[in-house]
Amino acid sequence: MKQSLLRYLPLLLLAAIWELVARLELVSSTALPPLSDVIAAWIDMIKDGELTSNGASSLYRAGAGLALSVIVGTALGIGMAWWKPVNVLLAPMVEIFYPLPKSALIPVTVIWLGFGDGSKILLIFLGCMLPVTVGAFNGARSSEQVLVWSARSMGANRLRMLWDVVLPSAMPELLNGIRTALALSFILLVSSELIVAQKGFGYLIGFLGANGTYDAMYAVVFTVAFLGFAADRVYQMFVQRMLLWRQ
Amino acid sequence: MASAAQIIIDRVNHLYRPPRGREVLALDQVSLEVANREFVALLGPSGCGKSTLLYLIGGFLPVETGAILIDGEKVAGPGPDRGIVFQHFALFPWKTVRGNILYGLERQGMPKEEREKRAMDFIELVGLHGFEDSYPSQLSGGMKQRTAIARTLAFGPDILLMDEPFGALDAQTRALMQSELLRIWQRTPKTVIFVTHDVQEAVYLADRVAVMSARPGRIKTIVDTKFDKNDPDILKAKAFVEKVDEIWHLVREEAIKAQGKRA
Repeated sequence: MKQSLLRYLPLLLLAAIWELVARLELVSSTALPPLSDVIAAWIDMIKDGELTSNGASSLYRAGAGLALSVIVGTALGIGMAWWKPVNVLLAPMVEIFYPLPKSALIPVTVIWLGFGDGSKILLIFLGCMLPVTVGAFNGARSSEQVLVWSARSMGANRLRMLWDVVLPSAMPELLNGIRTALALSFILLVSSELIVAQKGFGYLIGFLGANGTYDAMYAVVFTVAFLGFAADRVYQMFVQRMLLWRQ
Repeated sequence: MASAAQIIIDRVNHLYRPPRGREVLALDQVSLEVANREFVALLGPSGCGKSTLLYLIGGFLPVETGAILIDGEKVAGPGPDRGIVFQHFALFPWKTVRGNILYGLERQGMPKEEREKRAMDFIELVGLHGFEDSYPSQLSGGMKQRTAIARTLAFGPDILLMDEPFGALDAQTRALMQSELLRIWQRTPKTVIFVTHDVQEAVYLADRVAVMSARPGRIKTIVDTKFDKNDPDILKAKAFVEKVDEIWHLVREEAIKAQGKRA
């Protein structure tokens, strides 16, 4: 624990340089407000609830979109790996949509579902689903024949066998796909909120930036960066627990 | 006598269709009858179709020509009346020793308390006490195979299908596991079909050895190999050594033929 905290020590150095550069006005304070001002703005926004209420709505959108993408993506990936007709039907669609930059769908989802939560959730769901699908597909295809046979001979029916053998076999690759999806969800969340939204982190960044309250804007940017980092860390700990059997 | 047989394999052919290339006749008119509680070894050079035959009995591959009957009924798919042990153990790597053994019991809907007790009994039986919470990746090859055997025995199949179960083990562990299997088999008698390419192993374990010919797989001869399994010096007994020698010559011919065909 102490070791890993020490690893982040250089960040303190960066913070000190930032503070110094801004205080000495080596760069304009509009481009780079002193770090201490940013921290003060952050505390203010926490106190008046602006950050928490916008944050809550952002986390709801990201969470709902991501959860949907994990459920649907896993089901599609395993279905494609296990039933030939599903694969024949979906493989070309996955191939075409995979490289599409999902942010291009922002206006589309707004036309469909408006400015509120729905369009953000749909966007995140669509954007995050394919990495999950591909992970589940590759993982499920690697499940060993003898394990499937073992489960069948012990009395598992086909559906049960998917749940008991194919899903756990797919787990390592599936969890990798979900990690990609997690990172994507933050990107899609903030970019969609920046463009069209009435609340959320992205909206706040855009709004504060347009108003020239740069210290507060930086405070929100940092909050999002930290949340993204923390989410990935927590997720990695979760993965380690899930894959305890592999070592 | 035919009606007394538990397993009847009647003129079974099997075509192996590789994803690319020509199809190969893997089994050619194979017939074999196995009595209840009999231990039969399928012996032959690699590629003779002995594992394929085992998978057909297990119901993992479809029987296309001929028939396989178990207690008078046609095999139509896998089922818990037949337990299988694979060469590479086929344990669920995400389940502990206990979890692996419990799996078949859960699938049969055994009440929780009963299955926990039964799992512990079988862990005890194969000498894995103290390792019940280990994952397969933490076990040696011998321990993995003990777990696989316990898992299969625990759900109580009438028939045990073993596909070169000791093939991946080192010589010492292998010898140990062979006598262990006999000990367990004598305590919980079952019909066993045991695939191997090790002549001594086949003669030592089985009541009868079915020697298979190389591609296409046929049953060449069936040799009686009943010896006193409890005699600690059986492997050195003259009659045993001669039997091994006799069968070894039969297998050797086939192996040479198989080599010739490949060349």
